[in-house]
Amino acid sequence: MIAAVVRDFGHWFGAVRTLRGITLDINRNEILGVIGPAGSGKSTFLGALNRMNDLVRGSRIEGLIEIDGKNIYGPDANVAELRRKLGMVFATPIALPRSVFENVAFGIRLKGRPSKAGLGDLVRDCLEKAGLWGEVKERLDTSALNLSGGQQQRLCIARVLALKPEFILLDEPSSGLDPISTRKIEDSLRRLKSEYTIVLVTNNTKQAARVADRTAFFLAGELIEIGETERIFTAPADPRTDGYLRGRFG
Amino acid sequence: MRVGPKLEQNAVRAVLLLFTAITVFILLFIVVFILRKGLPVVDLSFLSQNPVDMGRAGGIFSTIVGTLVLTAVAVVIAAPFGIGTAIFLTEYTWENRVTRIIRFGADCLAGIPSIIFGLFGFILFVTKLRFGWSILSGGLTLAFMILPTIIRTSEEAIRAVPASYRQVSFSLGSTRWQMVTRVVLPAAVPGIVTGVILSVGRSIGETAAVIFTAGSALHIPTSVFSSSRTMAVHFYILAREGISMSNAYGTAAVLVISILIINVITYYLMERFIRKYS
Repeated sequence: MIAAVVRDFGHWFGAVRTLRGITLDINRNEILGVIGPAGSGKSTFLGALNRMNDLVRGSRIEGLIEIDGKNIYGPDANVAELRRKLGMVFATPIALPRSVFENVAFGIRLKGRPSKAGLGDLVRDCLEKAGLWGEVKERLDTSALNLSGGQQQRLCIARVLALKPEFILLDEPSSGLDPISTRKIEDSLRRLKSEYTIVLVTNNTKQAARVADRTAFFLAGELIEIGETERIFTAPADPRTDGYLRGRFG
Repeated sequence: MRVGPKLEQNAVRAVLLLFTAITVFILLFIVVFILRKGLPVVDLSFLSQNPVDMGRAGGIFSTIVGTLVLTAVAVVIAAPFGIGTAIFLTEYTWENRVTRIIRFGADCLAGIPSIIFGLFGFILFVTKLRFGWSILSGGLTLAFMILPTIIRTSEEAIRAVPASYRQVSFSLGSTRWQMVTRVVLPAAVPGIVTGVILSVGRSIGETAAVIFTAGSALHIPTSVFSSSRTMAVHFYILAREGISMSNAYGTAAVLVISILIINVITYYLMERFIRKYS
C-alpha cells in the first residue's frame, strides 16, 4: 500500500535549486533509506515531506507530494496536523529544557488537556517503544538535558511517537552517536516498522543496508535510483550509485 | 619590546584587577556615603509617617507609595508592549527594512534624555489629554521612557533561545503562538526579567521625567488621576530647596535600599525559575 506519492517534485532555497524532478512512492510500513553525499538534497527531501522547509526564508517548491491522497501543499493543507502525522527526528538530539516526562508529553499537550493517568500511560508506552523506559523510569522528573546523547536521541523518538504519527522521518539520527547507541536506535526502528512508515536519511550507507527495506540514492538534487535495498547494494542499475557505494565520491 | 608570556599575563591580570577594584570601590563609596548620611534619620516612623511641613518633619510614607504606584503603572503598561514588539520582531517577521527601522528607532529613543520625555509627557498627557499632574501621566511617560530598554533586552533574550528549540516545537505540530509561549518565552524569561528590572530601577530613580508629569503633591494618591511625589523627586526638592538635607539623605538611603531589595528578590525568583526549566 502506498503511503506517499511524490511526483516531479522540485525545490529551491532562494535562487539555489536543491531538488529536481523527484518522483517516487513511499510504501506503508516500510523503512525507506535515503542515501547520497552531502549536499545531494536528502535532508531537503525529508523537510519537504513535513513542510519543515517552509520555515527557511526563500523556500519554494514545484510538483506534487500527496500523503493519504491529499496534496500537502494544497491551499487547504493543515501544516501543524501534517507535521504531527509525519514526526521528525533531527540529526543532533534536541531535548527541550524540561523534564524527561514533559519532553515526551510536549506534543500531546499541544492538543487539549490529557488526563493525568492517560498521559502517564502514554508517556511510558512511548518510552518503552523507543527502548528508553528502563534507563529513565527512575528519573522522569529530572531535566532531559542530563541524559546522554544516545538517550536524548531515543527520547526524541519517544517524543515523536507520542504524536501517534503515521510516518517517522529521521535525518541522520545517529550521525553524532557511538556504535552502541546507534545499534539501539536501529533496533528501535526495526521494532517500529510494523506500526509506522519510516524514512531514514543517512550518511552511513551501511546503516541503510542494515535496516532499510528499500533504498533511494540522491545525487546533486536528483533521484538517481530507488529499489530494494539488497538490489541497490548488490546490483545498482546506475554506475553513479555503484561509484558512491564503492566510495569513489561523496 | 617583548616581555615574557608569564610577565605579560601577570601585568594584564594586575591592570584588569585594578580597574575592577576601582569600579567596585566607587560603587561601595557612594552606597556607604549615602547610607551613613541617611540611615540615622531612618526609623519606623520615618517610613510610616507622611511628610510634615514640606518634608522638614515627619516621614516619607506618601512618597514611597507614590514611587511604587508610579513604577507599577509604568511597568504594567510598558512590559506587554515591549515584550510584544520583541516577539513580533523575532518570531513573526523576517528581517527587513521595517524591522531595522523599528530597531533603530528604539535605539534612538533609548538615548533621549529623560527630561525630554518629561517635557513630552507634560505637553501630551498633562495638558493635551488633560490627565493633569497625575500617576497616569507620570506612568505613561515613564512607560515611553523604558519601552526601548524592554524591547531591546527582550529581543536579545528571545534571539538567544536556540533555533533548534523552535524547529523541534514546529516539528511536533505546534502553532507559532504555541512555540512562542511554550518554548521560546520560558527559555527567554531570565533575560526578559533582567530587562524589566533594569527598567524598574530606572523608573524608581527617575526625577526629570516624573516631576513634570506626576507633579509633587505630598499626599497619598487615591486614584490614577492623583498627583504624587516619588522618593527621587522628594529627595531632589528637599535638597534643591534646602528644606532638610538630613531628610533628603534619609530618603536617598531608603531609595538605595529599595532598589537593592528588588534586585535580591528578583534574582531569587529567577534562580528558582531557571531551576524549574532546565
